[in-house]
Amino acid sequence: MADLIFDKSRQGRRAFAQAPQETVPADIPERFLRKDTALLPEASELQVVRHFTRLSQKNFSIDTQFYPLGSCTMKYNPRACNALALLPGFAGRHPLGPVSHGQGFLRCMFELQEMLKAVTGMQGVSLTPMAGAQGELAGVAMIRAYHDARGDSGRNEIIVPDAAHGTNPATATMCGCIAREIPTGSEGDVDLEALKAAVGPQTAGIMLTNPSTLGVFERDIIEVESIVKDAGGLLYYDGANLNAICGKVRPGDMGFDVIHMNLHKTFSTPHGGGGPGSGAIGVGERLLPFMPVPIVAAKEVAGETVYDWLTEHDLPQSIGRLSGFMGNAGVLLRAYVYMRMVGRDGMRRIAEFATLNANYLQARLRDAGFELAYPSRRASHEFIITLRHEARDLDLTAMDVAKALLDRNYHAPTTYFPLLVPECLLIEPTETESKETLDGFVDALVAIASEARDSGTRFKQAPYRTPVRRLDDVKAARQLDLKYEPGEP
Amino acid sequence: MPFIPHTDEDTKEMLEAIGAESIDDLFDEIPGHLMIDSLDAVPEALSEMQITRLMRERAAMDGSPLCFIGAGAYEHHIPTAVWDIATRGEFYSAYTPYQAEASQGTLQTIYEYQSMVTALTALDVSNASLYDGASALAEAALMAVRCNRRQKSRRILLAPGVNPTYEKVAAAIAGSQGIIFERLPMDAGTGNVMESLDDPREAVAVVIQQPSFFGTLEDVDRLTDWAHRHEAMVIAVVNPTSLALLEAPGNWGEQGADIACGEGQPLGVPLSSGGPYFGFMTCKQKHVRQMPGRIVGRTTDLDDQPGFALTLQAREQHIRRSKATSNICTNQGLMVTAATIYMSLLGFEGLARVAGRSQQNTARLVAGLCAIDGVERLFDGPHFHEAAIRLDRPVSQVLAKLAEQDILGGHDLSQDFPGLGDAMLVCATETKTVEDIDAYVTALGKVLMEGSGR
Repeated sequence: MADLIFDKSRQGRRAFAQAPQETVPADIPERFLRKDTALLPEASELQVVRHFTRLSQKNFSIDTQFYPLGSCTMKYNPRACNALALLPGFAGRHPLGPVSHGQGFLRCMFELQEMLKAVTGMQGVSLTPMAGAQGELAGVAMIRAYHDARGDSGRNEIIVPDAAHGTNPATATMCGCIAREIPTGSEGDVDLEALKAAVGPQTAGIMLTNPSTLGVFERDIIEVESIVKDAGGLLYYDGANLNAICGKVRPGDMGFDVIHMNLHKTFSTPHGGGGPGSGAIGVGERLLPFMPVPIVAAKEVAGETVYDWLTEHDLPQSIGRLSGFMGNAGVLLRAYVYMRMVGRDGMRRIAEFATLNANYLQARLRDAGFELAYPSRRASHEFIITLRHEARDLDLTAMDVAKALLDRNYHAPTTYFPLLVPECLLIEPTETESKETLDGFVDALVAIASEARDSGTRFKQAPYRTPVRRLDDVKAARQLDLKYEPGEP
Repeated sequence: MPFIPHTDEDTKEMLEAIGAESIDDLFDEIPGHLMIDSLDAVPEALSEMQITRLMRERAAMDGSPLCFIGAGAYEHHIPTAVWDIATRGEFYSAYTPYQAEASQGTLQTIYEYQSMVTALTALDVSNASLYDGASALAEAALMAVRCNRRQKSRRILLAPGVNPTYEKVAAAIAGSQGIIFERLPMDAGTGNVMESLDDPREAVAVVIQQPSFFGTLEDVDRLTDWAHRHEAMVIAVVNPTSLALLEAPGNWGEQGADIACGEGQPLGVPLSSGGPYFGFMTCKQKHVRQMPGRIVGRTTDLDDQPGFALTLQAREQHIRRSKATSNICTNQGLMVTAATIYMSLLGFEGLARVAGRSQQNTARLVAGLCAIDGVERLFDGPHFHEAAIRLDRPVSQVLAKLAEQDILGGHDLSQDFPGLGDAMLVCATETKTVEDIDAYVTALGKVLMEGSGR
């Protein structure tokens, strides 16, 4: 039994307190009306509360487990951020409400824009993209708009390192560009010769994550900048790893023209089981006219600061609107609260302690006999170990280790990404984890490896202690069961 | 140090294990001239007590006006249990369910969500949600181009009642792939699509919004059949609350709409200045492999017990990279959790009561407003819970006067529809009492009376 909410459904049962007490006949002609009823559950309030509370208990989460999922920055989400974003004045505010009834909210948004400009070293910020991937879309669209506005419209290639997130090449396609992959050198930096060979009059720009998804800082960033700029291209900074450099180095100072930030990573808004994200973008001087709208502006009116929207009327070259209103406003409020609580000095400590934790974990695992993908390099806020020897000698794959970790009550690191490192685990501890937690995680990994080595234990069947065992993905894709059908077992 | 647990002793021991002198040493691969010393533009840290006080003051500035604005985001009662449970740490602070065994709560919730949304729209499959209603239409347009191999054009026709912002968003997102959006002609009397239509000339799809942006009801059966006759797909943009009353997209015309999408916010998500909301999308079974976004399927585990996992991932960017159906990565998981709890609490009957009361309240409001001298209804015919009215003077002045009395009287249409004159959209959901409606009617009467000096 999967024990679905539908299994608790009984005809005529309802949560009576939650809807108007009587049915009123709608004054709508019959031909527009629905003839059947939709199969929604019929359950009491307690049944619903208990069902979803118990479902929640089947999740691993930051609040309950160490969650070192590389590239996702699973740091503590302060409770105050949520509570304050849901204050009635904010939660109840209609997006089309007048600015006379939005000065409190708009002021927070304006100040958030200013803080994000400062942290990234960019000249303008638009908060409207609703996730990192939408920020990427905005960024590449702005790059195209910039070239087009100069009459330089033959530039349709976006260069993407092979280690990049899949969203980078997918975004290039969404924007009508061609993604051109370039290889990574043996120590994790971009292969400069390959880059030189790739650029040309067709180059619109390059999308770069720095530190890269390999967990190392791109040391030749200044050379990369000059190669791309000399070819007439622009530089896009994928902010997935901004946590590693927050308050220490700024993408604007590295020569980037446009960046997106994943506020759900660096600025600790909730991941929510896969969203909402928030992908605010920042731009340098050249891309200011192309930013997506709306943006919040401050004006002086009769000696007072008044906050108002900038729209397509104010930015006629804007790439336009990406959401029905202004993006994920409530997420932005959470990021605002987080940034105010962390403050000026705390910003740099984010990067410092995230980096300390990653390098400590890297050193401990290296000393315990695990192979680092880039042993000569400092870790950024994350690093990669490769289990290629364990996979070959002990039949212990990255997948097996991931599942065995679940049985030891740790969420698994990111597995099999980046694609160019075999049997890899991408591990990102974040700054909010204590030394004891990291030590416990090392012990767990060591125990798994030694069980495999010394006792011949195989973890092909792991996990054992989770609410379900290893799931049949092939069956899921071949015998599609994507919704409840009445009468199913 | 907020949220950082390290003691000085910890830091010392950790640096020793690394073999570094200081934390600064850990940044020695970064070119030194790029490092910054301080971030003067970021204020000093606030304690939770201080930030709470600040945010309360700011929230209070925005007040709690009586709101009669809809236009794509609707104020509905949200049961307390919805956000109490959705913000449990296990939902709130989990991520995309890559490790299925450790994410059954999120996965099963999404499966139940998919079941409920397909039931409401009467279509076969649902994804795990998209960012919002507007961007969902953009994704639906791109999907239609992939699905409809019979048409070589990239033209998509929009009914006149499609939310104007949705068109802007769809053009911004899908425009660079050559997709062109064109409007079908409007009947001035009803606000709906004209009765007699020219052939759609190789359109890939026709987008029908029901109820329309103006709250009116299109003849969806006729339009669906017309589109299908010309080998265009039908994309339905629908309000999920309305589907407890109005015919579901899967049942429109002879064959039903091919794709349905829309804004999920009315299902338990707070207005919150425009987000986070979620976009829903459902379609016929045969198009499932062209769908963007995450999809959850039910399967079995090693013990042959049922369980849930992400499926059909070969469509997605992390596998297909530049050939993916979309660049979308996240869904709006937390909002979907809330919506699933909301739909479970309301059930079909509860949702029908919300829809019915909202329809009735708006009808009462419109009747009251139109009894005032200088106010008239813009479009004939049945409406759901929203209607356009025309004033005898510029709307913005009137709305500003009402706002001074903490009444948000509606959404000014003059920017997006200058041809409609001094028009605005009004909406009264089930949250409004007879007293609220009467208060608005009285206030508007006074504002118009004062302004005209009568």
